[in-house]
Amino acid sequence: MLRLPNFEVRTPERLDEAVALLAELGEGARVIAGGTDLVPNMKHELFTPRVLVSLARLPELRGIGDAGPGWLRIGAMTSLADVAADARVEQHAPALAQAAGLVAGPQLRTMGTLGGNVLLDTRCQWYNQTYFWREALGFCLKKDGTLCHVVEGGSKCVAAASNDTAPALMTVRAELVFAGPDGRRVTPIDDLWIADGIANKKCGRDEILVEVRLPHSGSGHRGAYGKLRDRGSIDFPLLGVAVKLELNTEDAVADADVVLTALQARPVRIKRASELLRGVRIGTEAFLAAARGVAEQAHKQAHPMPNIPGDADWRRAMVPVYVRRTLEAAATRAGPVHAV
Amino acid sequence: MAARDLHGIGAPWGDRSPGDPENRAFEVIGKPHRKVDGLAKATGRAQYTDDLVLPGMLHAKTLRSPHAHARIVAIDTTRAQALPGVHAVITGRDLPIQYGVIPWTQDENALAVDKVRFVGDAVAAVAAVDEDTANAALKLIRVEYEPLHAFLDPEESLARSEPRIHDDSKTGNVSKHVRLDFGDVETALASADVVLEGDYVFHGTTHAAIEPHCALAQWSAEGLLTVWSSTQITHYVQRALAKVLELPIHKIRVIQPALGGAFGGKSDPFSLEFCVAKLAMLTGRPVKMLYTREEVFYCHRGRHPMQLHYRTGASKDGKIAAVDAKILIDGGAYSSFGLVTTYYAGQLLTGPYHFPNYRFDSTRVFTNKPPCGPKRGHGSVQPRFAFEVQLDELAERIALDPIELRRRNFQGDFTRTVNGQRITSNGFLACLDEVERASGWRARRGKLGFGRGLGVAGSMSISGTNYPVYPNKMPQAGIQLAAERSGRVTVFTGGNDIGQGSNSVVAYVVAEELGMDVADVRVVAADTDLVPVDLGAYSSRVTFMVGNATIDAARKLRASIVLAIAKEWQVDAARVRMANGRVFDTESTERSITTAEAFQIAEAHCDTLGSTGSYNTPTLGGDYRGGTIGASPAYSFTAHVVEASVDVETGRITCHAVWIAHDCGRALNPMLVAGQMEGSAYMGIAEALLEEHGVNRFGLHAGPSLLDYRIPTSVDTPELAALIVESLDPEGPYGAKEAGEGPLHPSLPALSNAIFDAVGVRLRELPFTPAKVLRALAEKDARSAPVARGRA
Repeated sequence: MLRLPNFEVRTPERLDEAVALLAELGEGARVIAGGTDLVPNMKHELFTPRVLVSLARLPELRGIGDAGPGWLRIGAMTSLADVAADARVEQHAPALAQAAGLVAGPQLRTMGTLGGNVLLDTRCQWYNQTYFWREALGFCLKKDGTLCHVVEGGSKCVAAASNDTAPALMTVRAELVFAGPDGRRVTPIDDLWIADGIANKKCGRDEILVEVRLPHSGSGHRGAYGKLRDRGSIDFPLLGVAVKLELNTEDAVADADVVLTALQARPVRIKRASELLRGVRIGTEAFLAAARGVAEQAHKQAHPMPNIPGDADWRRAMVPVYVRRTLEAAATRAGPVHAV
Repeated sequence: MAARDLHGIGAPWGDRSPGDPENRAFEVIGKPHRKVDGLAKATGRAQYTDDLVLPGMLHAKTLRSPHAHARIVAIDTTRAQALPGVHAVITGRDLPIQYGVIPWTQDENALAVDKVRFVGDAVAAVAAVDEDTANAALKLIRVEYEPLHAFLDPEESLARSEPRIHDDSKTGNVSKHVRLDFGDVETALASADVVLEGDYVFHGTTHAAIEPHCALAQWSAEGLLTVWSSTQITHYVQRALAKVLELPIHKIRVIQPALGGAFGGKSDPFSLEFCVAKLAMLTGRPVKMLYTREEVFYCHRGRHPMQLHYRTGASKDGKIAAVDAKILIDGGAYSSFGLVTTYYAGQLLTGPYHFPNYRFDSTRVFTNKPPCGPKRGHGSVQPRFAFEVQLDELAERIALDPIELRRRNFQGDFTRTVNGQRITSNGFLACLDEVERASGWRARRGKLGFGRGLGVAGSMSISGTNYPVYPNKMPQAGIQLAAERSGRVTVFTGGNDIGQGSNSVVAYVVAEELGMDVADVRVVAADTDLVPVDLGAYSSRVTFMVGNATIDAARKLRASIVLAIAKEWQVDAARVRMANGRVFDTESTERSITTAEAFQIAEAHCDTLGSTGSYNTPTLGGDYRGGTIGASPAYSFTAHVVEASVDVETGRITCHAVWIAHDCGRALNPMLVAGQMEGSAYMGIAEALLEEHGVNRFGLHAGPSLLDYRIPTSVDTPELAALIVESLDPEGPYGAKEAGEGPLHPSLPALSNAIFDAVGVRLRELPFTPAKVLRALAEKDARSAPVARGRA
């Protein structure tokens, strides 16, 4: 078995204590939530923190409830299994419930948290490997090395955003609440991302994600998530598609949003989705035609690289198929789109 | 029973003819008994090698090569040796003697001497107080390498003999070449009504047993070495240890604890067994080494990548006239079982169909990749895939139902193959009938609509081989029984239970023969100090050979007990019967005693009760060089029908169901047989759809983890229907043949053939990734488009 490097675990019982600990410990500390990604990454020596600051004993980071009028809050430490099974999440953000239910496998969803998935490290076949393997390779741009093996001669890391929940949260305009040394900060999830595979999030090392807030949705809200992967469980996405449709009382699209993940360093919003779908009634030929239009637009925008395992050309070819199918699934409440 | 005569029908341990009164109904055999270790495994009590902890035990780790091919210029271990907590550091210089499972191709060292041949090749080993200290010491070892050209493409290894991967090779980078010709292939092809020709590719897969390799060694004050290892061949490990460590073989004890899967991946002696032994001898303390999952991928010995070219000639009514095969095998860095693989690739194709003329030319080359070896269906799964797809192409060409085509070419039972193998019982036709019936073939094939289809394939497999890995005249399997006055019988067997249930089978046999409860039979297995030699769990030999040896021993023991009771009762021995935990007089059934009482009487009459038994195969095989390789005392036969659908937009294949009909002779325990059949089909479909043991452009394993090496989860697994066919083989124990490997073979071609039925494309290259399916569909559209336009 691969060994974990030596480290110490601190388990603060108050959020301000946790924030202070992170500030005090600096570079040598990392937050551990569910640990389902961090622990294997530590075994691979991608991270070698001296201290892990555990969020396990911070009750205010758990649970799903109201966050003032018109808002739902999901504590960052809420398990993905709980997010997937929650009736309020299902009502206000069905795409999120579906995405959370397709992360990894059942055991990992019980340990893994929503916050951990939002803040998931980017992934790459040249990076998510053991130290021995990476050393034999000569390392890579993202960690310990200077060369990119995805884009030979590339100077920018293109490791893939691989979090299923992020695009779903983007379609519902979620907000993230961080606690840091200067107090709380609320940021739209759209503003979190940077197109850099080394660190694709604007988030301080000393900040802790406290909760995710979602605006309540109306009765015309439709959402779905499509996930492409080789197996029916466990695997990270080869492509993730989150869709939102807001329907008016005539069942015509008033607003729409499509966000893709697992292509490049950050989730990608498909342009003109709302424009192409607006005014079209679901269940009609016109809707299918508009969905095909969005799918074509997505195909134009999506340029997956051989960053994660799998055939990059096939992943690109699947973009329009999954965008169209996920739009149709959202319209008919038939999500998620997922083989098996 | 050790003579190597032609046993044939009426073998001394074989079942008697149906009319014989001795052919009583079975009490134990044929019933779904629990495995003898089932509860221990299900409740977590079974002890695997890594569960063992000895006082003062050290932990060892291996330093591995970061280069695919390089000369070792210098190794400096001084800093590692100086690290507190480190007890010993060894390199190739400490274990210079070469080994290898096949005596003629011993090209491996426990640790590299002068050269490394793949990324992950073992270079040095450290024993320390704990794993972390051992790992820290590895980082202090300095190795200076001079990189050499790395061969990653087998075609290049064939074309270029320099630099040589093995310096002393007389055949450049060719590991083995075999060409065998039977009949007159060219003339038959020239006069055939139809000739099919095509290229097929098998990509390479590994076993992915859940238990990683582990070994623990102890060196006693008296100079006795004990090695516990997760091996499937204790006897060969013992021999290899003796050779490499230069110890007398009787001073070495090898024990196989409970094993968490092997599938052929634990059939070679491995570096870690020598390293822990040497480190234990140097330090005087027990030393354990457990491989990481990544290291298991480097050990590999998985299924060889093969490029296969087949030509099949047939008459217009579908009778095969000739088969011509040319096969290039990518062996990886070492020989392992490669000599056998190269033969098996050709020798095992000659059933269940009659080939009047046959030729194969197979070449195994070395490459700088993890070494390939035997995996469930060793050497024969890849050719079977190619040939059964080509047969389907033949059926299509002559517009014949693919099952009917296979029926027409059935070789028959009690016959001889074109390459000289003796076929005994052969239930292949019944297998075809079963899958045809169960799948609803006649009503459904070709009628499921575009996108969904059925495919069939057949195969043949061996129940052990008649030739031991090292030539000798001794039995292949031996058994000892000890019956004790409490009523308990202990079986001492060298058979390696690797999860297939061989320990259970010997217990069932003893219970059957002595009319006892299975629970009163204890099994001591795979401990070379305690048990007679068995050659190990490979080529599906254990149930067949150890089963026969157990029948032999148990009947001897029964005879002596019966004789003693007859004397005691002063009746004819023919009247004494052992059944249902009792011994009774068949003509006066009120005279009845318990098994324990019988053992006490017999012990008083005969001395300590026990017996031995053995099995050796008859002399088999063709009379030519290599003619005995692939010669088996009995062959099993299988047919599959696979139902699959294709999503033509994504290219994704869903395998819905596999109907597996397998002729296992007699199912000694139908529950275990069905488990083997289902597990085999699962593995075959996995290899066809998901698994790929790849090496990237840098010579690095593409993803040495169970995240990236994708074995199907429960939700990815099709419905598996096990249809047991019993042909009662005269040579096998109670008529049994193998069930653990044969049922894998047809899965892959039957799936390809189902895809053809579904969407009209031929998938000749494994694995069937969605991208390949889409390409094949696009090519088909491109071919048919001009015609369609012409019609419009």
